[in-house]
Amino acid sequence: MKEKQSFEDDIKRLQKIVEDLSSGKLTLGESLKKYEEGVKLAQSCSSVLNDAQRKVDLLTKKDGKYSLEKFDDSGEEK
Amino acid sequence: MQEQRVFTVSEITQDIKLILEASFGEVWIEGEVSNFKAATSGHFYFSLKDETAVIAAVMFIRANKDLKFKITDGLKVVCFGKVDVYGPRGQYQVIIERIEPKGIGAQQLAFQQLKNKLSKEGLFDPGHKKELPLMPFSVGIVTSSSGAAVRDILQILKKGAPCVDVVVRSVRVQGDSAAGEIASAVDEFNQFKKVDLIIVSRGGGSVEDLWPFNEEVVARAIYNSAIPVVSAVGHQINITISDLVADVFVETPSAAAKIIVDKKNALLARLDGTKQEMAFSVSEVIARLNNALVALRHMLKSPQDRMSEKQQLLDEIITALMQNMRHYLDITREKAGSLIDRMEALSPLAVLSRGYSLSMIMPEGQIIRDAARLNRGDKIKTVLDKGAIISLVEEVIADERKTVI
Repeated sequence: MKEKQSFEDDIKRLQKIVEDLSSGKLTLGESLKKYEEGVKLAQSCSSVLNDAQRKVDLLTKKDGKYSLEKFDDSGEEK
Repeated sequence: MQEQRVFTVSEITQDIKLILEASFGEVWIEGEVSNFKAATSGHFYFSLKDETAVIAAVMFIRANKDLKFKITDGLKVVCFGKVDVYGPRGQYQVIIERIEPKGIGAQQLAFQQLKNKLSKEGLFDPGHKKELPLMPFSVGIVTSSSGAAVRDILQILKKGAPCVDVVVRSVRVQGDSAAGEIASAVDEFNQFKKVDLIIVSRGGGSVEDLWPFNEEVVARAIYNSAIPVVSAVGHQINITISDLVADVFVETPSAAAKIIVDKKNALLARLDGTKQEMAFSVSEVIARLNNALVALRHMLKSPQDRMSEKQQLLDEIITALMQNMRHYLDITREKAGSLIDRMEALSPLAVLSRGYSLSMIMPEGQIIRDAARLNRGDKIKTVLDKGAIISLVEEVIADERKTVI
Protein backbone atom coordinates (compact mmCIF):
# COMPACT_ATOMS: atom_id res chain seq x y z
CA MET A 1 0.00 0.00 0.00
CA LYS A 2 2.86 2.33 0.84
CA GLU A 3 4.49 1.51 -2.44
CA LYS A 4 1.26 2.26 -4.27
CA GLN A 5 0.81 5.61 -2.54
CA SER A 6 4.28 6.83 -3.40
CA PHE A 7 3.85 5.49 -6.92
CA GLU A 8 0.67 7.48 -7.45
CA ASP A 9 2.33 10.55 -5.94
CA ASP A 10 5.26 10.10 -8.29
CA ILE A 11 2.98 9.81 -11.30
CA LYS A 12 1.12 12.96 -10.22
CA ARG A 13 4.39 14.83 -9.69
CA LEU A 14 5.58 13.65 -13.08
CA GLN A 15 2.40 14.88 -14.69
CA LYS A 16 2.94 18.28 -13.09
CA ILE A 17 6.51 18.41 -14.39
CA VAL A 18 5.36 17.59 -17.92
CA GLU A 19 2.78 20.38 -17.71
CA ASP A 20 5.30 22.87 -16.33
CA LEU A 21 7.81 22.00 -19.02
CA SER A 22 5.33 22.33 -21.85
CA SER A 23 4.02 25.65 -20.52
CA GLY A 24 7.10 27.34 -22.00
CA LYS A 25 7.31 29.63 -18.99
CA LEU A 26 10.43 28.18 -17.46
CA THR A 27 13.98 29.39 -17.80
CA LEU A 28 16.48 27.03 -19.34
CA GLY A 29 17.95 26.34 -15.91
CA GLU A 30 14.55 25.53 -14.46
CA SER A 31 13.67 23.43 -17.49
CA LEU A 32 16.79 21.35 -17.22
CA LYS A 33 16.29 20.88 -13.50
CA LYS A 34 12.69 19.74 -13.99
CA TYR A 35 13.65 17.56 -16.90
CA GLU A 36 16.26 15.82 -14.80
CA GLU A 37 13.78 15.29 -11.97
CA GLY A 38 11.13 14.09 -14.43
CA VAL A 39 13.38 11.56 -16.09
CA LYS A 40 14.41 10.21 -12.69
CA LEU A 41 10.78 9.88 -11.63
CA ALA A 42 9.78 8.21 -14.90
CA GLN A 43 12.63 5.75 -14.55
CA SER A 44 11.86 4.91 -10.95
CA CYS A 45 8.17 4.41 -11.81
CA SER A 46 9.09 2.19 -14.75
CA SER A 47 11.41 0.13 -12.63
CA VAL A 48 8.69 -0.38 -10.00
CA LEU A 49 6.39 -1.65 -12.76
CA ASN A 50 9.10 -3.84 -14.23
CA ASP A 51 9.94 -5.32 -10.85
CA ALA A 52 9.37 -9.08 -10.80
CA GLN A 53 9.57 -9.67 -7.06
CA ARG A 54 6.00 -10.63 -6.58
CA LYS A 55 4.73 -12.52 -3.58
CA VAL A 56 1.73 -14.81 -3.43
CA ASP A 57 0.29 -15.38 0.02
CA LEU A 58 -2.69 -17.04 1.56
CA LEU A 59 -4.65 -14.95 4.05
CA THR A 60 -5.77 -16.84 7.10
CA LYS A 61 -7.62 -15.75 10.17
CA LYS A 62 -7.14 -17.40 13.52
CA ASP A 63 -8.78 -16.07 16.68
CA GLY A 64 -9.51 -12.77 14.96
CA LYS A 65 -5.91 -12.33 13.90
CA TYR A 66 -4.84 -12.28 10.29
CA SER A 67 -1.71 -13.94 9.08
CA LEU A 68 -0.12 -14.63 5.71
CA GLU A 69 1.26 -17.96 4.65
CA LYS A 70 3.16 -18.61 1.51
CA PHE A 71 0.76 -19.73 -1.16
CA ASP A 72 2.21 -22.41 -3.32
CA ASP A 73 0.89 -21.72 -6.75
CA SER A 74 3.57 -23.53 -8.70
CA GLY A 75 1.96 -26.90 -8.05
CA GLU A 76 -1.37 -25.65 -9.27
CA GLU A 77 -0.13 -24.87 -12.72
CA LYS A 78 -0.41 -27.53 -15.32
CA MET B 1 -89.55 -41.90 8.57
CA GLN B 2 -86.30 -43.52 8.83
CA GLU B 3 -84.22 -42.31 11.61
CA GLN B 4 -81.59 -40.02 10.30
CA ARG B 5 -78.07 -40.18 11.60
CA VAL B 6 -77.13 -36.97 13.31
CA PHE B 7 -73.45 -35.98 13.01
CA THR B 8 -71.70 -33.69 15.31
CA VAL B 9 -69.82 -30.89 13.54
CA SER B 10 -66.55 -32.52 14.38
CA GLU B 11 -67.74 -35.90 13.12
CA ILE B 12 -68.85 -34.61 9.78
CA THR B 13 -65.78 -32.45 9.43
CA GLN B 14 -63.66 -35.48 10.17
CA ASP B 15 -65.58 -37.47 7.53
CA ILE B 16 -65.20 -34.70 4.94
CA LYS B 17 -61.52 -34.54 5.77
CA LEU B 18 -61.10 -38.26 5.25
CA ILE B 19 -63.03 -38.24 2.00
CA LEU B 20 -61.22 -35.24 0.59
CA GLU B 21 -57.81 -36.45 1.59
CA ALA B 22 -58.51 -39.93 0.32
CA SER B 23 -59.84 -38.81 -3.04
CA PHE B 24 -57.27 -36.11 -3.78
CA GLY B 25 -54.20 -36.93 -1.77
CA GLU B 26 -51.24 -35.05 -3.12
CA VAL B 27 -51.91 -32.80 -6.06
CA TRP B 28 -50.34 -30.24 -8.36
CA ILE B 29 -52.29 -27.01 -8.54
CA GLU B 30 -51.75 -24.10 -10.83
CA GLY B 31 -53.00 -20.62 -10.04
CA GLU B 32 -52.29 -17.03 -9.15
CA VAL B 33 -51.25 -15.94 -5.68
CA SER B 34 -53.44 -13.44 -3.87
CA ASN B 35 -53.76 -12.17 -0.31
CA PHE B 36 -50.27 -13.34 0.49
CA LYS B 37 -49.30 -12.97 4.10
CA ALA B 38 -46.16 -14.10 5.91
CA ALA B 39 -47.10 -14.61 9.54
CA THR B 40 -44.68 -13.83 12.35
CA SER B 41 -44.49 -17.58 12.92
CA GLY B 42 -42.85 -17.84 9.49
CA HIS B 43 -45.80 -19.66 7.93
CA PHE B 44 -47.18 -18.32 4.66
CA TYR B 45 -50.91 -17.88 4.15
CA PHE B 46 -52.39 -16.98 0.82
CA SER B 47 -55.00 -17.87 -1.76
CA LEU B 48 -54.64 -19.51 -5.11
CA LYS B 49 -57.15 -18.39 -7.68
CA ASP B 50 -58.05 -18.51 -11.30
CA GLU B 51 -60.91 -16.81 -13.23
CA THR B 52 -63.74 -18.57 -11.47
CA ALA B 53 -62.51 -20.07 -8.23
CA VAL B 54 -60.30 -19.53 -5.25
CA ILE B 55 -58.72 -21.91 -2.76
CA ALA B 56 -56.93 -21.19 0.47
CA ALA B 57 -53.28 -22.17 0.73
CA VAL B 58 -50.83 -22.48 3.55
CA MET B 59 -47.11 -23.09 3.38
CA PHE B 60 -45.46 -23.87 6.66
CA ILE B 61 -42.05 -22.58 7.60
CA ARG B 62 -40.38 -25.97 7.24
CA ALA B 63 -41.43 -25.91 3.58
CA ASN B 64 -40.77 -22.25 2.80
CA LYS B 65 -37.50 -21.63 4.61
CA ASP B 66 -35.29 -22.55 1.63
CA LEU B 67 -37.38 -20.71 -0.88
CA LYS B 68 -35.11 -18.53 -3.00
CA PHE B 69 -37.65 -16.19 -4.51
CA LYS B 70 -40.34 -14.18 -2.80
CA ILE B 71 -44.00 -15.06 -3.17
CA THR B 72 -45.97 -11.99 -4.12
CA ASP B 73 -49.58 -11.29 -5.04
CA GLY B 74 -50.24 -11.79 -8.73
CA LEU B 75 -47.42 -14.31 -9.13
CA LYS B 76 -48.46 -17.27 -11.27
CA VAL B 77 -47.34 -20.46 -9.56
CA VAL B 78 -47.43 -24.20 -9.75
CA CYS B 79 -47.73 -25.81 -6.33
CA PHE B 80 -47.42 -29.28 -4.99
CA GLY B 81 -49.29 -30.16 -1.83
CA LYS B 82 -52.20 -31.95 -0.32
CA VAL B 83 -55.79 -30.98 0.10
CA ASP B 84 -56.67 -30.56 3.72
CA VAL B 85 -59.64 -29.52 5.79
CA TYR B 86 -59.08 -27.01 8.54
CA GLY B 87 -61.79 -27.87 11.04
CA PRO B 88 -61.76 -24.83 13.30
CA ARG B 89 -62.76 -22.66 10.33
CA GLY B 90 -64.68 -25.24 8.39
CA GLN B 91 -62.43 -24.51 5.50
CA TYR B 92 -60.72 -26.69 2.99
CA GLN B 93 -57.28 -25.65 1.91
CA VAL B 94 -54.08 -26.81 0.29
CA ILE B 95 -51.00 -27.38 2.36
CA ILE B 96 -48.20 -26.53 0.00
CA GLU B 97 -44.90 -28.38 0.11
CA ARG B 98 -43.31 -26.97 -3.01
CA ILE B 99 -43.99 -23.91 -5.04
CA GLU B 100 -42.49 -22.86 -8.38
CA PRO B 101 -43.10 -19.74 -10.39
CA LYS B 102 -44.87 -20.60 -13.62
CA GLY B 103 -43.08 -20.11 -16.93
CA ILE B 104 -39.86 -18.97 -15.26
CA GLY B 105 -37.31 -20.79 -13.15
CA ALA B 106 -37.38 -20.23 -9.43
CA GLN B 107 -33.79 -19.08 -9.51
CA GLN B 108 -34.40 -16.76 -12.37
CA LEU B 109 -37.27 -15.24 -10.48
CA ALA B 110 -35.21 -14.97 -7.32
CA PHE B 111 -32.49 -13.29 -9.33
CA GLN B 112 -34.96 -10.80 -10.80
CA GLN B 113 -36.51 -10.11 -7.43
CA LEU B 114 -33.19 -9.50 -5.70
CA LYS B 115 -31.97 -7.48 -8.63
CA ASN B 116 -35.02 -5.24 -8.47
CA LYS B 117 -34.75 -4.86 -4.75
CA LEU B 118 -31.05 -3.97 -4.74
CA SER B 119 -31.46 -1.74 -7.73
CA LYS B 120 -34.13 0.25 -5.90
CA GLU B 121 -31.79 0.53 -2.96
CA GLY B 122 -29.10 1.95 -5.24
CA LEU B 123 -26.58 -0.88 -4.92
CA PHE B 124 -25.89 -0.79 -8.65
CA ASP B 125 -25.69 2.98 -8.75
CA PRO B 126 -22.86 4.00 -11.10
CA GLY B 127 -22.17 6.93 -8.78
CA HIS B 128 -21.23 4.54 -6.00
CA LYS B 129 -18.72 2.63 -8.12
CA LYS B 130 -15.15 3.25 -7.10
CA GLU B 131 -12.37 3.91 -9.53
CA LEU B 132 -9.76 1.18 -9.65
CA PRO B 133 -6.34 2.25 -8.39
CA LEU B 134 -3.94 3.66 -10.98
CA MET B 135 -1.89 0.54 -10.47
CA PRO B 136 -2.89 -2.17 -8.00
CA PHE B 137 0.36 -3.47 -6.57
CA SER B 138 -1.35 -5.72 -4.08
CA VAL B 139 -4.40 -7.71 -5.12
CA GLY B 140 -6.68 -9.75 -2.90
CA ILE B 141 -8.47 -12.69 -4.46
CA VAL B 142 -11.62 -14.18 -2.96
CA THR B 143 -11.99 -17.61 -4.47
CA SER B 144 -11.30 -21.27 -3.87
CA SER B 145 -7.57 -21.86 -3.48
CA SER B 146 -7.95 -25.10 -5.41
CA GLY B 147 -10.07 -23.79 -8.23
CA ALA B 148 -9.25 -22.89 -11.81
CA ALA B 149 -9.92 -19.20 -11.22
CA VAL B 150 -6.99 -18.61 -8.89
CA ARG B 151 -4.69 -20.58 -11.17
CA ASP B 152 -5.71 -18.54 -14.22
CA ILE B 153 -5.30 -15.23 -12.43
CA LEU B 154 -1.93 -16.10 -10.93
CA GLN B 155 -0.58 -17.37 -14.23
CA ILE B 156 -1.52 -14.23 -16.11
CA LEU B 157 -0.17 -11.94 -13.39
CA LYS B 158 3.05 -13.90 -13.13
CA LYS B 159 3.63 -13.53 -16.84
CA GLY B 160 2.22 -10.07 -17.44
CA ALA B 161 2.58 -8.16 -14.19
CA PRO B 162 5.03 -9.83 -11.84
CA CYS B 163 5.29 -6.58 -9.88
CA VAL B 164 1.90 -7.34 -8.33
CA ASP B 165 1.65 -9.09 -4.96
CA VAL B 166 -1.29 -11.42 -4.50
CA VAL B 167 -3.12 -12.39 -1.33
CA VAL B 168 -5.54 -15.27 -1.67
CA ARG B 169 -8.45 -15.68 0.75
CA SER B 170 -9.71 -19.17 0.12
CA VAL B 171 -13.47 -19.70 0.30
CA ARG B 172 -16.00 -22.22 -0.88
CA VAL B 173 -17.50 -20.92 -4.09
CA GLN B 174 -20.49 -23.21 -4.28
CA GLY B 175 -22.88 -24.77 -1.86
CA ASP B 176 -24.94 -23.37 0.96
CA SER B 177 -22.12 -21.83 2.98
CA ALA B 178 -20.40 -20.27 -0.02
CA ALA B 179 -22.23 -16.94 -0.04
CA GLY B 180 -21.50 -16.31 3.63
CA GLU B 181 -17.82 -17.20 3.18
CA ILE B 182 -17.44 -14.98 0.13
CA ALA B 183 -19.09 -12.05 1.91
CA SER B 184 -16.89 -12.53 4.99
CA ALA B 185 -13.75 -12.71 2.87
CA VAL B 186 -14.57 -9.37 1.26
CA ASP B 187 -15.11 -7.87 4.73
CA GLU B 188 -11.87 -9.45 5.95
CA PHE B 189 -9.83 -7.89 3.17
CA ASN B 190 -11.28 -4.55 4.20
CA GLN B 191 -10.16 -5.15 7.77
CA PHE B 192 -6.80 -6.51 6.68
CA LYS B 193 -6.33 -3.36 4.54
CA LYS B 194 -3.15 -4.50 2.80
CA VAL B 195 -4.59 -4.93 -0.67
CA ASP B 196 -5.65 -2.18 -3.02
CA LEU B 197 -7.96 -4.26 -5.18
CA ILE B 198 -10.19 -7.26 -4.51
CA ILE B 199 -11.10 -9.80 -7.16
CA VAL B 200 -14.16 -11.91 -6.34
CA SER B 201 -13.99 -14.87 -8.64
CA ARG B 202 -14.80 -18.39 -9.61
CA GLY B 203 -14.58 -20.33 -12.82
CA GLY B 204 -17.44 -21.37 -15.04
CA GLY B 205 -20.26 -23.54 -13.86
CA SER B 206 -23.98 -24.08 -13.95
CA VAL B 207 -26.37 -21.37 -12.83
CA GLU B 208 -26.68 -23.30 -9.55
CA ASP B 209 -22.89 -23.37 -9.15
CA LEU B 210 -22.71 -19.63 -9.59
CA TRP B 211 -25.61 -19.08 -7.23
CA PRO B 212 -23.66 -17.79 -4.21
CA PHE B 213 -22.67 -14.79 -6.31
CA ASN B 214 -26.36 -13.97 -6.62
CA GLU B 215 -26.93 -13.83 -2.90
CA GLU B 216 -27.81 -10.66 -1.12
CA VAL B 217 -25.13 -11.09 1.55
CA VAL B 218 -22.41 -11.13 -1.15
CA ALA B 219 -23.92 -8.12 -2.88
CA ARG B 220 -23.93 -6.13 0.35
CA ALA B 221 -20.35 -7.07 1.25
CA ILE B 222 -19.17 -5.93 -2.18
CA TYR B 223 -21.21 -2.75 -1.94
CA ASN B 224 -19.80 -1.93 1.47
CA SER B 225 -16.18 -2.64 0.54
CA ALA B 226 -13.96 0.41 0.81
CA ILE B 227 -11.49 -1.36 -1.47
CA PRO B 228 -12.52 -1.48 -5.14
CA VAL B 229 -13.94 -4.87 -6.15
CA VAL B 230 -13.71 -6.60 -9.51
CA SER B 231 -16.25 -9.36 -10.06
CA ALA B 232 -15.08 -12.17 -12.33
CA VAL B 233 -17.55 -15.01 -12.14
CA GLY B 234 -18.14 -17.73 -14.69
CA HIS B 235 -16.76 -18.33 -18.10
CA GLN B 236 -19.25 -16.64 -20.34
CA ILE B 237 -21.85 -13.99 -20.12
CA ASN B 238 -23.94 -14.98 -17.17
CA ILE B 239 -24.36 -11.88 -15.16
CA THR B 240 -24.58 -12.33 -11.44
CA ILE B 241 -25.72 -9.91 -8.77
CA SER B 242 -22.11 -9.56 -7.67
CA ASP B 243 -21.23 -8.46 -11.23
CA LEU B 244 -23.85 -5.75 -11.02
CA VAL B 245 -22.78 -4.43 -7.65
CA ALA B 246 -19.00 -4.66 -8.20
CA ASP B 247 -17.04 -1.60 -9.28
CA VAL B 248 -15.91 -3.41 -12.41
CA PHE B 249 -17.02 -6.76 -13.75
CA VAL B 250 -15.46 -9.02 -16.31
CA GLU B 251 -16.60 -12.30 -17.78
CA THR B 252 -13.76 -14.50 -16.65
CA PRO B 253 -11.06 -14.72 -13.97
CA SER B 254 -8.43 -14.32 -16.72
CA ALA B 255 -10.03 -11.05 -17.82
CA ALA B 256 -9.73 -9.73 -14.27
CA ALA B 257 -6.00 -10.43 -14.29
CA LYS B 258 -5.71 -8.85 -17.74
CA ILE B 259 -7.11 -5.58 -16.39
CA ILE B 260 -4.08 -5.37 -14.13
CA VAL B 261 -1.62 -6.37 -16.85
CA ASP B 262 -3.16 -3.79 -19.19
CA LYS B 263 -2.88 -1.12 -16.52
CA LYS B 264 0.78 -1.92 -16.09
CA ASN B 265 1.51 -1.87 -19.82
CA ALA B 266 -0.44 1.34 -20.34
CA LEU B 267 1.50 2.98 -17.52
CA LEU B 268 4.84 1.89 -18.97
CA ALA B 269 3.86 3.26 -22.37
CA ARG B 270 2.69 6.47 -20.76
CA LEU B 271 5.97 6.80 -18.87
CA ASP B 272 7.88 6.39 -22.13
CA GLY B 273 5.69 9.01 -23.73
CA THR B 274 6.30 11.29 -20.78
CA LYS B 275 10.04 11.05 -21.25
CA GLN B 276 9.73 11.99 -24.91
CA GLU B 277 7.35 14.80 -24.11
CA MET B 278 9.76 16.23 -21.56
CA ALA B 279 12.71 15.99 -23.94
CA PHE B 280 10.67 17.75 -26.60
CA SER B 281 9.71 20.52 -24.20
CA VAL B 282 13.32 21.09 -23.21
CA SER B 283 14.43 21.15 -26.86
CA GLU B 284 11.70 23.71 -27.49
CA VAL B 285 13.09 25.88 -24.71
CA ILE B 286 16.57 25.57 -26.18
CA ALA B 287 15.34 26.39 -29.67
CA ARG B 288 13.51 29.41 -28.34
CA LEU B 289 16.57 30.61 -26.48
CA ASN B 290 18.69 30.06 -29.55
CA ASN B 291 16.38 32.23 -31.60
CA ALA B 292 16.53 34.91 -28.95
CA LEU B 293 20.32 34.66 -28.98
CA VAL B 294 20.48 35.18 -32.72
CA ALA B 295 18.30 38.24 -32.34
CA LEU B 296 20.48 39.56 -29.53
CA ARG B 297 23.65 38.95 -31.47
CA HIS B 298 22.17 40.98 -34.24
CA MET B 299 21.57 43.81 -31.87
CA LEU B 300 24.97 43.66 -30.21
CA LYS B 301 27.39 44.76 -33.01
CA SER B 302 31.15 45.27 -32.75
CA PRO B 303 32.57 48.81 -33.32
CA GLN B 304 34.01 47.59 -36.55
CA ASP B 305 30.56 46.47 -37.69
CA ARG B 306 29.21 49.84 -36.72
CA MET B 307 32.03 51.62 -38.59
CA SER B 308 31.44 49.73 -41.77
CA GLU B 309 27.75 50.39 -41.40
CA LYS B 310 28.47 54.09 -41.23
CA GLN B 311 30.82 53.70 -44.17
CA GLN B 312 28.06 52.12 -46.11
CA LEU B 313 25.72 54.92 -45.22
CA LEU B 314 28.31 57.41 -46.36
CA ASP B 315 28.74 55.59 -49.64
CA GLU B 316 25.05 55.73 -50.19
CA ILE B 317 24.94 59.43 -49.51
CA ILE B 318 27.82 60.06 -51.89
CA THR B 319 26.19 58.03 -54.60
CA ALA B 320 22.97 59.94 -54.17
CA LEU B 321 24.84 63.20 -54.20
CA MET B 322 26.68 62.23 -57.34
CA GLN B 323 23.48 61.33 -59.00
CA ASN B 324 21.97 64.63 -58.00
CA MET B 325 24.95 66.48 -59.34
CA ARG B 326 24.91 64.60 -62.58
CA HIS B 327 21.29 65.36 -62.98
CA TYR B 328 21.88 69.02 -62.28
CA LEU B 329 24.75 69.10 -64.72
CA ASP B 330 22.65 67.47 -67.38
CA ILE B 331 19.98 70.07 -66.93
CA THR B 332 22.53 72.86 -66.97
CA ARG B 333 24.17 71.45 -70.02
CA GLU B 334 20.87 71.26 -71.76
CA LYS B 335 20.12 74.84 -70.87
CA ALA B 336 23.55 75.99 -71.99
CA GLY B 337 23.13 74.15 -75.28
CA SER B 338 19.96 75.98 -76.17
CA LEU B 339 21.52 79.31 -75.20
CA ILE B 340 24.43 78.69 -77.53
CA ASP B 341 22.00 77.83 -80.27
CA ARG B 342 20.20 81.04 -79.71
CA MET B 343 23.46 83.00 -79.56
CA GLU B 344 24.57 81.40 -82.75
CA ALA B 345 21.33 82.41 -84.42
CA LEU B 346 21.93 85.99 -83.36
CA SER B 347 25.55 86.12 -84.59
CA PRO B 348 26.16 88.36 -87.60
CA LEU B 349 28.48 85.75 -88.87
CA ALA B 350 25.52 83.39 -89.29
CA VAL B 351 23.86 86.02 -91.46
CA LEU B 352 26.96 86.06 -93.66
CA SER B 353 26.45 82.37 -94.42
CA ARG B 354 23.19 83.27 -95.94
CA GLY B 355 24.95 85.61 -98.45
CA TYR B 356 24.88 88.84 -96.52
CA SER B 357 28.09 90.83 -95.99
CA LEU B 358 29.40 93.30 -93.49
CA SER B 359 31.31 96.35 -94.31
CA MET B 360 33.55 98.35 -92.07
CA ILE B 361 35.34 101.65 -92.51
CA MET B 362 39.04 101.10 -92.59
CA PRO B 363 41.16 101.42 -90.66
CA GLU B 364 38.74 102.20 -87.79
CA GLY B 365 36.79 99.04 -88.43
CA GLN B 366 33.48 100.71 -87.65
CA ILE B 367 30.54 98.83 -89.15
CA ILE B 368 28.90 100.83 -91.85
CA ARG B 369 25.18 101.18 -91.45
CA ASP B 370 24.62 104.41 -93.40
CA ALA B 371 26.19 105.02 -96.82
CA ALA B 372 26.04 108.71 -96.13
CA ARG B 373 28.87 108.35 -93.77
CA LEU B 374 31.14 107.36 -96.51
CA ASN B 375 32.94 109.48 -98.96
CA ARG B 376 34.39 108.68 -102.33
CA GLY B 377 37.78 107.11 -101.98
CA ASP B 378 37.19 105.73 -98.48
CA LYS B 379 38.72 102.32 -97.92
CA ILE B 380 36.26 99.78 -96.72
CA LYS B 381 36.55 96.15 -95.69
CA THR B 382 33.76 93.82 -96.55
CA VAL B 383 33.55 90.59 -94.61
CA LEU B 384 31.89 87.70 -96.37
CA ASP B 385 30.98 84.29 -95.17
CA LYS B 386 34.31 83.15 -96.40
CA GLY B 387 37.09 85.70 -96.55
CA ALA B 388 36.97 89.44 -96.93
CA ILE B 389 37.66 92.05 -99.50
CA ILE B 390 39.15 95.55 -99.29
CA SER B 391 37.52 98.08 -101.63
CA LEU B 392 37.63 101.78 -102.41
CA VAL B 393 34.32 103.61 -102.51
CA GLU B 394 33.50 104.80 -106.05
CA GLU B 395 30.18 106.44 -105.32
CA VAL B 396 27.91 107.03 -102.38
CA ILE B 397 24.22 106.62 -102.94
CA ALA B 398 22.70 107.91 -99.79
CA ASP B 399 19.02 107.13 -100.39
CA GLU B 400 19.20 103.76 -102.17
CA ARG B 401 17.15 101.35 -100.04
CA LYS B 402 17.44 97.73 -100.09
CA THR B 403 17.97 97.29 -103.71
CA VAL B 404 19.03 93.83 -103.10
CA ILE B 405 17.33 91.71 -100.60
